[in-house]
Amino acid sequence: MHIVVCIKQVPDSAQIRIHPVTNTIMRQGVPAIINPYDLFSLEEALRLKDRFGGRVTVLTMGPPMAEASLRKAMSFGATDAVLLTDRKFAGSDTLATSYALTSAIRKLHEEEPVDLVFCGKQTIDGDTAQVGPGIATRMNMQQLTYVAKIEDVNLDSREITVQRRSEGGVQVLKSRLPAMITMLEGSNSMRFGTMDDMFRAARTPLKLWNKDTCVDDEAKVGLKGSPTVVSKVFVPKPRAEKAKMIEAEGGASAQAAAAIDMLFTTYPKLANDLVR
Amino acid sequence: MSQAPANPPPAKKAAGGRKFELSEELKAYKGVWVIVEQERGKVHTVSYELLGEARKLADKLGVEVGAVILGAPGPFINEISGEAIAYGADVVYTVLDAALAEYRTEPYSKVMTDVVNTFKPEIVLLGASTLGRDLAGAIATTLLTGLTADCTELDISPENRSLAATRPTFGGTLLCTIQTLAYRPQMATIRPRVMQMPERDGTRTGRVVEVTPNLAEDIFVTKVLDFIPDSDQEEAQLAFADIIVSGGKGLQKAENFKLVWDLAEVLGAEVGASRPCTQAGWVTSDRQVGQTGKTVRPKLYIAAGISGAIQHRVGCENSDVILAINSDPNAPIFDFAHHGIVGDALQILPALTEQFRQRRLVNRKAS
Ligand SMILES: Cc1cc2nc3c(=O)[nH]c(=O)nc-3n(C[C@H](O)[C@H](O)[C@H](O)COP(=O)(O)OP(=O)(O)OC[C@H]3O[C@@H](n4cnc5c(N)ncnc54)[C@H](O)[C@@H]3O)c2cc1C
Ligand SMILES: Nc1ncnc2c1ncn2[C@@H]1O[C@H](COP(=O)(O)O)[C@@H](O)[C@H]1O
Repeated sequence: MHIVVCIKQVPDSAQIRIHPVTNTIMRQGVPAIINPYDLFSLEEALRLKDRFGGRVTVLTMGPPMAEASLRKAMSFGATDAVLLTDRKFAGSDTLATSYALTSAIRKLHEEEPVDLVFCGKQTIDGDTAQVGPGIATRMNMQQLTYVAKIEDVNLDSREITVQRRSEGGVQVLKSRLPAMITMLEGSNSMRFGTMDDMFRAARTPLKLWNKDTCVDDEAKVGLKGSPTVVSKVFVPKPRAEKAKMIEAEGGASAQAAAAIDMLFTTYPKLANDLVR
Repeated sequence: MSQAPANPPPAKKAAGGRKFELSEELKAYKGVWVIVEQERGKVHTVSYELLGEARKLADKLGVEVGAVILGAPGPFINEISGEAIAYGADVVYTVLDAALAEYRTEPYSKVMTDVVNTFKPEIVLLGASTLGRDLAGAIATTLLTGLTADCTELDISPENRSLAATRPTFGGTLLCTIQTLAYRPQMATIRPRVMQMPERDGTRTGRVVEVTPNLAEDIFVTKVLDFIPDSDQEEAQLAFADIIVSGGKGLQKAENFKLVWDLAEVLGAEVGASRPCTQAGWVTSDRQVGQTGKTVRPKLYIAAGISGAIQHRVGCENSDVILAINSDPNAPIFDFAHHGIVGDALQILPALTEQFRQRRLVNRKAS
């Protein structure tokens, strides 16, 4: 079985700060991590490899420093890694990103047919959840998003049955390989890699690919290949006024009484809802 | 329906400028569409919120609002068409086929691609739900056009009449406005509960255009074997609650969260929480409010022991009235709450519960 897992290196957004004067992101010192949603997909891919054998190739498009996340993924058990890196990819939106990643997956597919592609549900920086569906559409693969559980895979009939989270319930879907899957968060938890995996992760050479390796049409990547344009980036505006403070002498119960009086007199309609 | 026509060539981008001319082919794209999300006859309310928003955009552009309803033929389709018109649509496209009974990416994206290529809307909006995000990503790729995800604000840019879609990025730390200048249609998914629900106007009239795609079921690989509805519908209730009492890390330990439940009970309110509380297992994760949780817009949002981080703020700032309780007078929550109490939530919550209880008693006696 050949599984490709798309992972993205992202800044740990919990630690992002905005420069108070220039309103720009202060990336310095912000650690880069594997997009947390991608780990659920990677773990699911590794479980399928444990069961059926074969290879798990991790693929990322990003700057050279994204090598670190590929090595990390190998330390969990991924067998191969491709770093797709090229200045020409800079500024790609989701349409251009899915084009570049699909180009790489096609090349991997020529080397050994790809049965499954896994993507994260979404990234924590882009947060679009669009790249996975973009790849599935371009590869003409079945698209199975928000998968809570893979119930069954049958390699002989090439059938796959999954539970997919939808609004108000869970769909049980029967589909066929090749498919693109995004896993729901919490659907599994990432294993600890073995010592062997860690050594292998440190030593195995990565495949370093660029646009000339696999991309047919240069006009479809980077800024040029991106239909969307970011026209403005800004910090959310603070509300014009700060909260009106409710002050009362006499401790918590006096404060509570003052708060309720305030609510009732300022919002008479709300009072009806509050005291039915 | 016939094969989708080949994609029109994109307009030439003016060097660096935002003012440029669309090609004649792309100028033919007119109207603002909403894909109405219906599953088993139930419409997701985000679709009505979007019809209200589409109405505003269409009025700025001087064009029509279109609602697209996909599904199997059935009695409820007429009803949904009527609702779509009452909420702002001028024209409803009903796309009906047995293969569309349950949501599946393949048949839905196939018919939507065809319908867009036939009727050529300039803007297509979907809810940022599991259905909307799954479908939008697929059709924007077949149409090779721009798609902006999870928007919280939409407008028409006066200089080029294109859609200006604003969305949080980097986990809500920043907002960015994204435009699709040289391609049509312009697509966006929008967060549920962010746009205001429009007034329903039963006197509005509109046209219904029936589209019969004649799909052959056997060409679709994925089959729906079963649908298991959530037994716990509470999840849905938080987003639509009129009153919410939310607790944060400032409550210090799991047991103290009971104070939030107590106040919620006297108020008939739902319970919400910040992420550290759901992560610590003090409350179930479906009660998390914020960027990675629910967006809520109640009439009253009481936040106790919540600092007001931007990721929490984006989930609740559209509430009509926000009352914050925090021991730190400089907590960021006071920057966007309407009213604040500086004090210990562990004392103020029970005091509020007690006082509300008393006032209810008084009120009952009086009535
Ligand atoms: C990608 C990403 C997504 C996120 N998504 C979400 C999300 O969806 N929702 C969300 O909520 N968070 C989210 N977060 C986390 C968010 O950044 C904050 O860490 C979180 O909201 C803080 O929760 P808190 O206010 O309860 O806790 P804290 O930040 O620890 O604040 C506790 C507050 O309680 C006050 N306090 C302490 N003791 C008392 C007392 N006795 N009485 C009254 N007040 C007291 C303190 O002054 C403080 O202001 C996300 C973070 C990231 C990185
Ligand atoms: N640059 C990238 N390299 C590899 N995979 C990516 C990249 N960008 C997005 N993905 C994959 O697509 C998923 C969804 O990303 P997004 O559409 O940005 O939310 C991610 O979780 C990854 O699995």
